[in-house]
Amino acid sequence: MWSDKPRPEPRGLARCSESGLSVSITAREVLLDRSGAIGRDAPKFGALRKTATGISGLDEVTGGGLPSGRPTLVCGPAGCGKTLMAMEFLVRGIVEFDEPGVFVAFEETIADLRSNVASLGFDLARLEADGHLVLDHVDVLHGDMEETGDWDLDGLLMRLGAAIDAVGAKRVVIDTIETLFGAFTNTAILRAELARLFAFLKERSVTAVITAERGDGSLTRHGIEEYVSDCVIVLDHRVTEQTSIRRLRILKYRGSFHGTNEYPFLIGEAGISVLPITSLSLRHNVSTERMPTGISRLDLMLGDGGFFKGSTVHVSGTSGTGKTTLAAQFCDATCARGERVMFFAFDESQDEIIRNMSSVGIHLRQWVDTGLLQFQCFRPSLLGLEAHLFAVHKFVDAFDPSVVVMDPISDFISLGTSADVSALLTRQVDFLKARGVTSLFTSLTTSREPTSVERQMTSLIDTWLLVKTLEGNGEHNRVLYVLKARGMANSNQIREFLLTDHGIELSDVYVGPQGVLTGSARQAQEAKEQADGAAWLEELEQRRVNLDRRRQSVDAQTATLWREFDDESDIVKRLLSHGSTGADDRAGQRVAQGLLRGADVAEQSVADGDSDDEIDA
Amino acid sequence: MSAVGVAGDDVVYELTLFVSGASDLAARAIANARDLCELHCAGRYNLAVVDIHDDPSALLTRNVLATPTLVKSMPPPVRRVVGDLSQADKVVAKLDLPMVPDTRRAT
Repeated sequence: MWSDKPRPEPRGLARCSESGLSVSITAREVLLDRSGAIGRDAPKFGALRKTATGISGLDEVTGGGLPSGRPTLVCGPAGCGKTLMAMEFLVRGIVEFDEPGVFVAFEETIADLRSNVASLGFDLARLEADGHLVLDHVDVLHGDMEETGDWDLDGLLMRLGAAIDAVGAKRVVIDTIETLFGAFTNTAILRAELARLFAFLKERSVTAVITAERGDGSLTRHGIEEYVSDCVIVLDHRVTEQTSIRRLRILKYRGSFHGTNEYPFLIGEAGISVLPITSLSLRHNVSTERMPTGISRLDLMLGDGGFFKGSTVHVSGTSGTGKTTLAAQFCDATCARGERVMFFAFDESQDEIIRNMSSVGIHLRQWVDTGLLQFQCFRPSLLGLEAHLFAVHKFVDAFDPSVVVMDPISDFISLGTSADVSALLTRQVDFLKARGVTSLFTSLTTSREPTSVERQMTSLIDTWLLVKTLEGNGEHNRVLYVLKARGMANSNQIREFLLTDHGIELSDVYVGPQGVLTGSARQAQEAKEQADGAAWLEELEQRRVNLDRRRQSVDAQTATLWREFDDESDIVKRLLSHGSTGADDRAGQRVAQGLLRGADVAEQSVADGDSDDEIDA
Repeated sequence: MSAVGVAGDDVVYELTLFVSGASDLAARAIANARDLCELHCAGRYNLAVVDIHDDPSALLTRNVLATPTLVKSMPPPVRRVVGDLSQADKVVAKLDLPMVPDTRRAT
């Protein structure tokens, strides 16, 4: 027995429940959590209080956790993870939130419970010894509960109350209370007693998780949802196209907004992880910082200095166009700056990639040795879509890279329907963006037309590089162009993509009347242009000489003209000086003539002045 | 008539009745239990009445979920019934109590 002596039952509860009023709605309960969007977990004053579960993703989906001090129903078919989810809720409550818990097991024995969750790293025995946890296995004695009249469940209630008191529990799990329906035949009494049990849990203000089996055509086999109406979580376990996917849905959350989608979840090595598809609500922190691509010419093509940090880059192209090499060069450049890179390879092993890349002068081994580059090589079919996503989460969480490469993501297409694949990619991109990880995905295309998955991906991708081969002139050559680059003044030019012994180089292609020329045709064209250039230089020199001659000729002509001008000017000057003495002469002559004619001097002078004015005018 | 009843004339019946508080239900169960014992095994039974509020350890050791619960621990096998014991025939059958001699019923 537990150390503390339990308190006597409040008998008043029984009357309340027997009258059929199992749940009374208080003013506090109808207050809506108006903080709104999923993921904002700080409730406003007066809003519904929530208890964080600590289960990865579940708190985002529920907008902060389960309703505090109230029971939550978790239902689903056998083997969907109900018990585990409930146990993780308790254990995380103890470990992360310092809230002691009680686990009442109707089905599994305590030894089974301990060993079942030991694989997840939960040491229940230690938590019990430390006084944080009570595990209580209630044996319902199937077939040994002959009813001989009225009864109640005071024994169970007291047992629960004593367990809660023993550790001061804030969280309680009852797994699976429907087992009682197998033990008792008088369901009328049982239902009234269950109502009393849930009222009791509310009275004790414990946040409870009640598990129940899913029934045919109803949520639970025995209608437990009738009693637990604050929050209902439905778990499911479906197999589509030979792939088993567990899903979780919040069917109901009274007084709170919640995500309404079906969210995949996985039972991994560290417990349950729920993956909210749209948990991020496009609220990533964006960066204007650039990540050099490792190819200086490509940096120039992208405007100024490479990909945006935290952006999603997609390199698509047909087979053998150098997608992996492009990715490897980006990795090499990133590692050279001392940043960590995680390379997910889905069709090559680490050693193959390292060997193949060293042939073009990209030496990745050094970065693996220094721990800056980590390869994760596996076939996507090994895990399935959801498990793959979790694996990516786990690896990225553990390694914390600044760049993630996935080569190639087109391998996923065979894993599910295109809707599933694009949902996976959406979540993956969201996850990486939220962490500020720059991601580079390659994808193999078979035709010039983008695949359906690629089309769906378009909206996810910030920068899309297309590599392809151009055939002609008896050879095929790689070209690269930027199909899309959000927020960048990117080049619209096609560049030839050369794999040299020191990595990738981009060079101009020749665009002429014959179309785009690459490879030897481009070289020939370049040689031709060089020859043409020499001729042009000669012509230019000739023109310069001609120009000089012309200048000399112009100078000579100008000199002649200046000479003529000077002569003219001398004459004019001479004439001007002679002109002034001539006037005096004419005045003298008139006077002399006047004297000769015997005219009156004064009269003559007046008349002479007038005539002078006229002449001047 | 009953082989058990005849063979077990010297057997002492150990019975424990678990009740919860001083409720009507508890009072009814205690009264019914005493009547049954007197009727079926007068003079060779020990009936203990335990209020689980006074002795909560019984909840775990005797696995008492519902109250009232009547447990027969001797003679083996251990048997139990729940409820206020108003359906006497069920109690007798389940706990394997000796049959009542017809004399008393006739009088």
